[in-house]
Amino acid sequence: MTDRNARAKSLFEKVWDAHTVRELPSGQTQLLIGTHLIHEVTSPQAFAMLRELNVPVRFPDRTFATVDHIIPTDDQSRPFSDELAEAMMSELERNCRDHGITFFSPQSGTQGIVHVIGPELGLTQPGMTIACGDSHTATHGAFGAIAFGIGTSQVRDLLVSQSMAIAPLKVRRINVTGKLPPGVYAKDVILAIIRKLGVNGGVGYAYEYGGEVFDRMSMEERMTVCNMSIEGGARCGYVNPDQTTVDYLRGRRFVPDDENFAAKAEGWLELASDDGCHYDDVVTIDASMIEPSVTWGIHPGHNLGVSEAIPTPNTVPDDERVGVEEALEYMDFVAGASIAGTPIDVAFIGSCTNGRISDLREAAKVAKTGHVKDGVRALVVPGSRAVQKQAEDEGLPEIFRAAGFDWREPGCSMCLAMNPDKLKGREVCASSSNRNFKGRQGSPSGRTLLMSPAMVAAAAIAGEVTDVRNVG
Amino acid sequence: MSNDKLTKIDSVKGTGCVVRGDDIDTDRIIPARFMKEITFDTMGEHAFEDARLQAKGQHPLDDERFAGAGILIVGQNFGCGSSREHAPQSLMRFGFNGFIGGSFAEIFFGNCTALGLPCVTLADEDLIKLMDSVELDPTQEITIDVAGNKVRCRAGDLEAGIPTGTRQQLLEGAWDATQVLLDAGDQIEKTAAALPY
Ligand code: SF4
Repeated sequence: MTDRNARAKSLFEKVWDAHTVRELPSGQTQLLIGTHLIHEVTSPQAFAMLRELNVPVRFPDRTFATVDHIIPTDDQSRPFSDELAEAMMSELERNCRDHGITFFSPQSGTQGIVHVIGPELGLTQPGMTIACGDSHTATHGAFGAIAFGIGTSQVRDLLVSQSMAIAPLKVRRINVTGKLPPGVYAKDVILAIIRKLGVNGGVGYAYEYGGEVFDRMSMEERMTVCNMSIEGGARCGYVNPDQTTVDYLRGRRFVPDDENFAAKAEGWLELASDDGCHYDDVVTIDASMIEPSVTWGIHPGHNLGVSEAIPTPNTVPDDERVGVEEALEYMDFVAGASIAGTPIDVAFIGSCTNGRISDLREAAKVAKTGHVKDGVRALVVPGSRAVQKQAEDEGLPEIFRAAGFDWREPGCSMCLAMNPDKLKGREVCASSSNRNFKGRQGSPSGRTLLMSPAMVAAAAIAGEVTDVRNVG
Repeated sequence: MSNDKLTKIDSVKGTGCVVRGDDIDTDRIIPARFMKEITFDTMGEHAFEDARLQAKGQHPLDDERFAGAGILIVGQNFGCGSSREHAPQSLMRFGFNGFIGGSFAEIFFGNCTALGLPCVTLADEDLIKLMDSVELDPTQEITIDVAGNKVRCRAGDLEAGIPTGTRQQLLEGAWDATQVLLDAGDQIEKTAAALPY
């Protein structure tokens, strides 16, 4: 018999084991969540339930709050003009005050989208379990953390017990080998993965991303990929920590660069999946086959390379036909037509997927080559105050403004349009966000085309979907 | 596991309210616009709001004879649609502590269980018998007997369906995920203390 502890383990198993409180009679595991991130939309009801139960927050020091979804990106002065937004903001302030929870408020200079500021502040570290009442929490997996999006009842459970009941997951290793061609970004990698494995392909899995492409990626690029794990149905996604991870974290606010740092970093590196560990599935993708990608339909799996044609219902597998027909009808696109050349009305650069400084730099490079087409509304929304400040230091707002883009205050903005930034009617939006569901961007009949920030900038200038490789 | 803090639910009693019709979805139970709220407190006020407006006072929830009812009696596939926890919250806050129906949508059923609200099913002819009987005599007390797998009412003791696992959870008081998690006691602190962060 082999000693279970001596055998090779994946990072997922190591982190899971270290956080197991106990096995529950239901067969689930009671898993300790080391870091709980909260925001204004999914937390108020959880705090209300806490008041009904009359119990305190169990680990206020492990709980951190920001405001992102409802915050306006034009005028952020208080009270907000939207009464409901103001009420949600005040409620979050009150809950944090009452329970002694750190709140990264707009005044603190640290506010931003929860999945942008966690890493930025060094709150997100390898080997952690992290949860947030937000489906894109997998972003934090870029650091080798196991990070889950959860519902409001689980937010309550975390507040009172710092733990949640969850069934163990299988692990699928996804290798992206070779080298990405020019003009192909992290966003294109995750879109290609979802296209290959399907929007439900990851159900029951944690995705471990690796291979040469990931080895070379920056932390921000890894975050873009992990962010959309949920769009592939996976419960979480991660990249093993390496020197890139360590270098990114050194000196960040919650990772002091002191005499303990070297030991800490060594511990992080040891968390990486052991050679020869067991994976429940392995998938390999050749990077040279990935093109700049664009969605044409109503979920992120409906995507194709920019040189490809929109599918026809009779050429797709049987089980996809109805979905393709529904998507074509909603989008009002012609089957078999080229996706390049599709006119757009709005361009949105931002979100927790692609609202970081490297994203804005890439978009600015494209913005320098021209001017936003007449009739197109284009906005750039930094993912956080820190990103905004860095961009200002580098002169990016001037580049965007000169090219006809609107430069905004940080927030989620048009990713889900819970603030005033919304599509109108049937508008088509080239967007660097993560979901192209019907009505996602604020208009019940609005249409979203997901793509990389550079592709969005190129589309804004051309007034239509265009291949970023031909720009400049 | 210590059960002292857990509420065991072996039966629910109350008068009934009959809402006929199949496939009543969560949007009908609580229209989406009322979800933009910071608490569930107001959810009860908006239970079936649009349906009640359309019925101009004729909706069962506005029927005086059913006032104060604790048990909602419904048709097939009740609670289909979205996963919103707001739907059972609104019905609970309106005053319902249990549901009897032909069948329930899976997520709605799960959300109800998590709130300690039993959902039990009846065979078609028994359901009709119960609905008719309650409409004829709304003052009668109805019992959802979880322990005995029965619905007891004037029309008789009817065979009630409830999945074994759910029945167990309700009877043992293990329906409350929060309580089950809290039962770990200081094992939570111990696990947290052993972490390198
Ligand atoms: S940017 Fe979009 S996906 Fe990300 S947290 Fe905000 S609303 Fe959610």
